[in-house]
Amino acid sequence: MEEILNALARALSFGTPLLIACLGAILNERVGVVNLGVEGMMALGALAGFALAFGSGVGDGNLWLAVLAAMLAGALAALVHGFVTITLRANQFVSGLALTMLGLGAAGLLGKRFEGQPLFNQPPEWPFTLGAIGLALLLAFVFYATKIGLSLRSVGENPAAADLLGINVLGVRYAAVAVGGALAGLAGAYLSLVYRPSWTDGMTAGLGWIAVALVIFVGWSPLRAIFGAVFFGLLYYLQFRLQGQSGVPSEVFASLPYLLVILVLALSGLRGQQGNAPEALGKPYRRGER
Amino acid sequence: MGEPLLRLQNITKRFPGVVANDSVSLEVYPGEVLALLGENGAGKSTLISILYGLYRPDEGEIFIEGRPVKIASPLDALRLGIGLVPQHPTLVGRHTVAENLALGIGTPLLPARRIVPLIERIAQGYGLHIDPKAPVHQLSPGEKQRVEIVRALLRGAKVLILDEPTSVLTPQEAEALFQVMRELKAAGKSLIFISHKLEEVLAIADRCTVLRRGRVVSSLPTPEASKTKLAQMMVGRSVSFERKRANPQMGEVLLRVEDLQVRSGRNLPALRGVSFELCAGEILGIAGVAGNGQSELVEVLAGLRKMEGGMVRLAGQPLVANPARLFAQGVAHIPEDRIHMGTVPSMSVAENLALRTFHQAPFARGFLSNPAAYAANAEARVKEYAVATPSIHTPSRLLSGGNIQKVILARELAGQPRLILAVHPTYGLDIGATEQVHRVLLEKTYQGAGVLLVSEDLEELLSLSDRIAVLYQGRLRGPYPVGQISREQVGLLMTGGEA
Ligand SMILES: Nc1ncnc2c1ncn2[C@@H]1O[C@H](COP(=O)(O)OP(=O)(O)OP(=O)(O)O)[C@@H](O)[C@H]1O
Ligand SMILES: [Mg+2]
Repeated sequence: MEEILNALARALSFGTPLLIACLGAILNERVGVVNLGVEGMMALGALAGFALAFGSGVGDGNLWLAVLAAMLAGALAALVHGFVTITLRANQFVSGLALTMLGLGAAGLLGKRFEGQPLFNQPPEWPFTLGAIGLALLLAFVFYATKIGLSLRSVGENPAAADLLGINVLGVRYAAVAVGGALAGLAGAYLSLVYRPSWTDGMTAGLGWIAVALVIFVGWSPLRAIFGAVFFGLLYYLQFRLQGQSGVPSEVFASLPYLLVILVLALSGLRGQQGNAPEALGKPYRRGER
Repeated sequence: MGEPLLRLQNITKRFPGVVANDSVSLEVYPGEVLALLGENGAGKSTLISILYGLYRPDEGEIFIEGRPVKIASPLDALRLGIGLVPQHPTLVGRHTVAENLALGIGTPLLPARRIVPLIERIAQGYGLHIDPKAPVHQLSPGEKQRVEIVRALLRGAKVLILDEPTSVLTPQEAEALFQVMRELKAAGKSLIFISHKLEEVLAIADRCTVLRRGRVVSSLPTPEASKTKLAQMMVGRSVSFERKRANPQMGEVLLRVEDLQVRSGRNLPALRGVSFELCAGEILGIAGVAGNGQSELVEVLAGLRKMEGGMVRLAGQPLVANPARLFAQGVAHIPEDRIHMGTVPSMSVAENLALRTFHQAPFARGFLSNPAAYAANAEARVKEYAVATPSIHTPSRLLSGGNIQKVILARELAGQPRLILAVHPTYGLDIGATEQVHRVLLEKTYQGAGVLLVSEDLEELLSLSDRIAVLYQGRLRGPYPVGQISREQVGLLMTGGEA
């Protein structure tokens, strides 16, 4: 019993950054913009948060400032993606991939001097976990019960229709992309400030990619994202547990999340989940184009 | 008459290869309905798009109540009190009717729920019935058109533009719309009305402005206009409106439908035991208000939808539910949704014209395709149907609505089809093109083809069909020989009455 409760607690703590990043990606994709840069934005967020907390001396008072810095870093990176894909109408997949590579590289380079430096205060995890679940509920509420949500969803489904009714399509897309990036940054900050208060290059460890895959797995639904994140959190936990006990090389376990992503995408394909994708996903919008 | 509410001055808009609007000037006064007429591709929708902030004019100015205005976006247009019912439904398919109507004007919380009473009030008041909870992608084009009209009414406007609003409405619905237009007119609003149906224009418009190849060729008060005169001005030649059927040469039974049962996309019964026969050389008209099972009937016959029960035989053989094989057997399909079902919008006119036959010689040579064959075929079809397109390599989405329809007709009616499933075949076509399509359909029947003609245009049905049947809530009434049923009786059957 205790074992199970412990596993669940760990699953929640692993699942928290997944959930936050996944919600950001859901918001992005619901307005029609794919952002594959989640992993890169998480790394930038993790570094920005850590740098601020570290640089300003370690104290709980600065935690929220550090979190804010992480979100800002994520949002700024996302806005670059926004400019390239929304205004310049470049391919969203290519731009997102570039953002991931750029973000990982830049964070690695800039973070050299923080490598191995610990933060002394470890804040509790639960406020973040609860916050993430609250955010999922909030996002679902916004999507399905508010005028803003209706505009968001319409822009992702049929931007021409939204435009015809006076909705600022590009504005909505920029806003959603920025907030999505801020959430990816927040997920990164959770890793470097809360989960393991330290900075190591590559500490995002593919979580961003799993968050992106999770979006499809949960069918673009913020509520289902909660369960998806906990499920994947559990898998992560099991991976760590088994790693210590069996004689299997650790590389096998390290590659497990990616194998799972593939499995999950295959499963969602079988379930016809892809059919839930917003109609205009990945398509730039230009007014008056027939 | 005082000051015009809206005035356009020397509006010019060029696209690669065409001048869509060539120094167009016009004005609309308060309490007036202006009809905008012209052939397919004359530039009507382009002018409207400029007025609504979708296109930017290359030259020219717009004045509202005498003041020059810049309309850079639809939001600007809405703020200036301009409303639009676009030519093609622009709705979010996956959302419900209520969600679509609440977009942009709903309450901050629960917009889709709170707007339902408003929708119902408008639906009741004007006789435009729609189910607020239905997902839009399951609606027929006619129902979508109703949603668009209700949307314009919900928003209110000083200048209301209606781009071919009646092309898929029943006569009753069109009459309801005209009533709405008269009320708006009485309230001092200005209306711009685009239509290819000249009877409607003569009935509702105060003035007519005729465009030809992007230029205003004439502007005259309706009392001075007549059908022949307007047609002459639009097309530049005289058009005959007589389409009497020469003696039909009925052949063998071509299509036999027995007790057909089908479910709709909403998984509700759409056809509840439909039976009829169609003979070679015959035109069987199917009348009915959109959403009474017409779409499902045609989809089954085109191999696009599964039947739940019953039997369909084509020339004695059970129907194979495969569109490509059906086409090979001579079943042509002119679908109701011309943009998404009838064409691939981003492919060229030449490619769209070869969609049915690209895998055969001369279009295919082994694994390779033969561009010369595409070009030769396209040149011939474009000429035969007078498709107005800058070139055969232009993507079909850039064509005007009527010209897209011509591309579909040219493709489907090529060769020797045995059974033609024609859904609103003249939807959005100008009078010259309509005349031509009617002529082609008749010619095909003389060559032994059977035609199933689904239309909400009773004039068209009565002038072309040999027999007419009416679909109401998934059941078929008739068929009745055309001479034995009146227009009024058909109208009654369409709304569930007894003839
Ligand atoms: N975005 C565009 N790009 C290129 N060409 C265009 C574009 N929009 C319109 N055109 C061209 O401008 C011309 C006028 O088109 P428009 O849609 O205004 O015609 P229309 O009078 O509304 O015809 P219909 O009765 O068939 O709807 C056509 O030749 C069309 O191909
Ligand atoms: Mg048009």
